[in-house]
Amino acid sequence: MSAHSKRLDVDQVHVFRGDRHVLRGVSLRLDAGELVHVRGPNGTGKTTLLRVASGLLRPEQGKVTWDGRAIMDTRSEYQRELAFASHEPALKSDLTGVENLRFTVGLKRRVTDAELRAALERAGVAACADLPARVLSAGQRRRVTMARVVAMRASLWLLDEPFTNLDAAGGQLLTQIIDEHLTAGGSALVVAHSALTLTRPVRQLDLSS
Amino acid sequence: MNVGPAAALSLLLRRELCLSFRRPDQLLQPLVFFLIVTTLFPLALSPELTLLREMSPGVLWVAALLASLLSMDGLFKGDSEDGTLEQLALSGQSLGLIVAAKTFAHWLVSGAALVLVSPLVGTALAIPVDAFPIMMLSLALGTLTLSWLGAIGAGLTVGLRRGSVLLSLIVLPLAMPLLIFGANATDRAIGGESAAGALYFLAALCVFTSSLAPLAATAALRITLE
Repeated sequence: MSAHSKRLDVDQVHVFRGDRHVLRGVSLRLDAGELVHVRGPNGTGKTTLLRVASGLLRPEQGKVTWDGRAIMDTRSEYQRELAFASHEPALKSDLTGVENLRFTVGLKRRVTDAELRAALERAGVAACADLPARVLSAGQRRRVTMARVVAMRASLWLLDEPFTNLDAAGGQLLTQIIDEHLTAGGSALVVAHSALTLTRPVRQLDLSS
Repeated sequence: MNVGPAAALSLLLRRELCLSFRRPDQLLQPLVFFLIVTTLFPLALSPELTLLREMSPGVLWVAALLASLLSMDGLFKGDSEDGTLEQLALSGQSLGLIVAAKTFAHWLVSGAALVLVSPLVGTALAIPVDAFPIMMLSLALGTLTLSWLGAIGAGLTVGLRRGSVLLSLIVLPLAMPLLIFGANATDRAIGGESAAGALYFLAALCVFTSSLAPLAATAALRITLE
């Protein structure tokens, strides 16, 4: 993971959705090995912030830089270094666990099926590798998306409500996986309603204020 | 290790084909529509050979156009609804490549399949066997062009809940030259005349849309993703 030690800067970002002013000058700085926990009531723009940080959404004002360069100028390069998990699992119900991973992770980096199976096993869903996603429970789907994030080996993780539908053990496992990612020098921007208990200090960003 | 455009293209094509073959009902829908419409005409009108031969190019092309259009709506919709389109867009591969791969794969399972069953339809419509190669070539060029045009419409309407009507309204006017020259090529081939002029025009349209439509469709999709 050579790309680590890069920094994400979100600088005075404003986003409008029709008449609504969703993000009002949000700034944050995310160094390697750091996690920023984004909180706030529903509708305060947490997901919008993640979409801006991912480069999916172009802010009306302000800019986002990665390693000192504006992400919109180096979008493809930047997006190869990030793993995004939206609040919906984003799995094709007709494809199996391994296939779902192969067709997404495989676009970012060359990956073998053995690696993908290992990632599924890490997320505790090795048994779901050859089952179509349509037969999986909501929690299992969430774990498959967790495996996808792990398999991408990205420097920056953008996770939107990653704890949804996970049981207690799953929540612990995810916390542990995030911890390992940070220890390895990765960084993460996490939207979650519950408190995060990591071994490392967590910075909070409250969007309601 | 980064994934080059060629490897990404092959992976995307495999993804699309894999998804299509997991849903045989959706795969067969345009094909069945094409077969039903074209075989109903001789039954409804009259099985008289001269009349059929005169009408067959028009019937064949209208049916092909509508059958292709029928499946266009789902080009980006499925991926957009389940969130996988975002994952593809964030894969670090160019969105243009993704759009091109999806559209071409869509053509393979709809347009190309239609071309392959067209001799069957041609027989039902009393098109002479000698005219089959020209008929198939014109259909291949026409359906591929239509897929590119459809990709623009699908990109523009993917965010709308009931976009399929709008999609038809956007794509059908653009497809009129295809209908005119495609039917003309087939008609000339049936009459034993040279269809070269019409075929050249279809080929030119095909090259034109293949090179520019991916850009337009990508721009449309980019707006939707925001």
